[in-house]
Amino acid sequence: MTETGQDRRLAAVWRDATVVDVRHHGDLAVILRLEVPDRVVHRPGQHYVIRLRAEDGYTASRSYSAVSAPSDDHVEIYVERVPDGEVSGFLAEVVEPGDELECRGPIGRWFAWDGHTPALGIGGGSGVAPLVSMLRHARDVGRPELLSLAVSARTAADLPYREELEAAGALVALTRERGARGLGPSRLDGAVVGAITDPGATAFVCGSARFTLAMESYLLSAGQPEGSIRVERFGPSGEIEEEEASE
Amino acid sequence: MAITRGFTGRRRQAERDPRLPPGQYDVGKSWPVLTAEPTARIDADRWSLSIGGLVANPTTWSLRDLKKLAGGDSDTYRGDIHCVTTWSKLDTSFTGISLDTLLEAAGPLPEATHVVEESTTRYRTNLPLEDVTGGTAWIVWEHEGKPLTREHGGPVRMIVPHLYFWKSAKWISRITLLDHDEPGFWELNGYHDRGDPWLEQRFDGD
Repeated sequence: MTETGQDRRLAAVWRDATVVDVRHHGDLAVILRLEVPDRVVHRPGQHYVIRLRAEDGYTASRSYSAVSAPSDDHVEIYVERVPDGEVSGFLAEVVEPGDELECRGPIGRWFAWDGHTPALGIGGGSGVAPLVSMLRHARDVGRPELLSLAVSARTAADLPYREELEAAGALVALTRERGARGLGPSRLDGAVVGAITDPGATAFVCGSARFTLAMESYLLSAGQPEGSIRVERFGPSGEIEEEEASE
Repeated sequence: MAITRGFTGRRRQAERDPRLPPGQYDVGKSWPVLTAEPTARIDADRWSLSIGGLVANPTTWSLRDLKKLAGGDSDTYRGDIHCVTTWSKLDTSFTGISLDTLLEAAGPLPEATHVVEESTTRYRTNLPLEDVTGGTAWIVWEHEGKPLTREHGGPVRMIVPHLYFWKSAKWISRITLLDHDEPGFWELNGYHDRGDPWLEQRFDGD
């Protein structure tokens, strides 16, 4: 998937995407599938911007990672509900199939997996979204062995795409309960991350500021080269308390 | 451009804080962290900033040098910052030294037109020289009167608050003056070359 200058220009254009499916992940999130006209195919890890537009021209936009594989006919996004979130609340409560949403993308050429070199994905909470796109792509191209995943959430119910991740052999850490079969670590700590560190892979770390800060420091201590770590963060700054940081 | 069915927006245009550029929201007291690379761990006593490239006197300063140069009344920026991911933080303050003071010491050559900021992490971002001169850019070590934390670029970062905040390199270590534009990290990765929030120059093609 080589991106051309033309793709970049096309990706920058705002399009009216049509919502084709709406699924709720409890009260936590909504999963939207979008039909995007003249879509530029993304690379796993890239994101789209969704923009809401009121009649008076007021707009609000947010970025969401694509969860779908590049080969998917639609773009799937996982929208975590942020307390008092103007955009996430609207997407979760009001949007129905058939609605149109402005969107542009794919965006971001850094946190993007090429799909043919080894990758290590580490995600916390809704930070698993871009990793699921990587997982689906690895399966699509018949190279699941290229991708190792470790993910963390408070409980099994909180972990987006839990079944799909478990079925793919992802290491699942649940900080507030044990795994479904009593397996899995209770958190991604230095020892767990150290054991999956792979200096030959590109590490993709996605999650809250606090989670990513802890993960990158575990990776560095375990010998993952600094230049091989790519991070996507969201949310407010966490206190720097790496010893106890986990999601 | 489709009107979104049922969307009125929580904050009406009329009541919108005039300090917010289009498409931005007020993040309040919070301050999100967005960095693409591992968070740098820098010993403030060993940190230094160099200005080089097309200057008459390439110069390197330690943090102690900068504080001495700033004198008792360090320069303070109080105002707003805007992140391309759509949050803005209003009325916040940073203390340090105006980049004008440092450029005056280094002496830009007449042919210098652009600068590249570079971090210890090798993060780079590019700007026209005129975007960092005339009281528009600072090298800072305090936020709201407290030492700048590591995740926000401490011990020392640059701020160029009139542009989206990716133009404000954390962990700044070198500023190079050039006679041409040289796209930096995000500029090569799909983001706009200049990044003016009032023109919504977010991505390549805006």
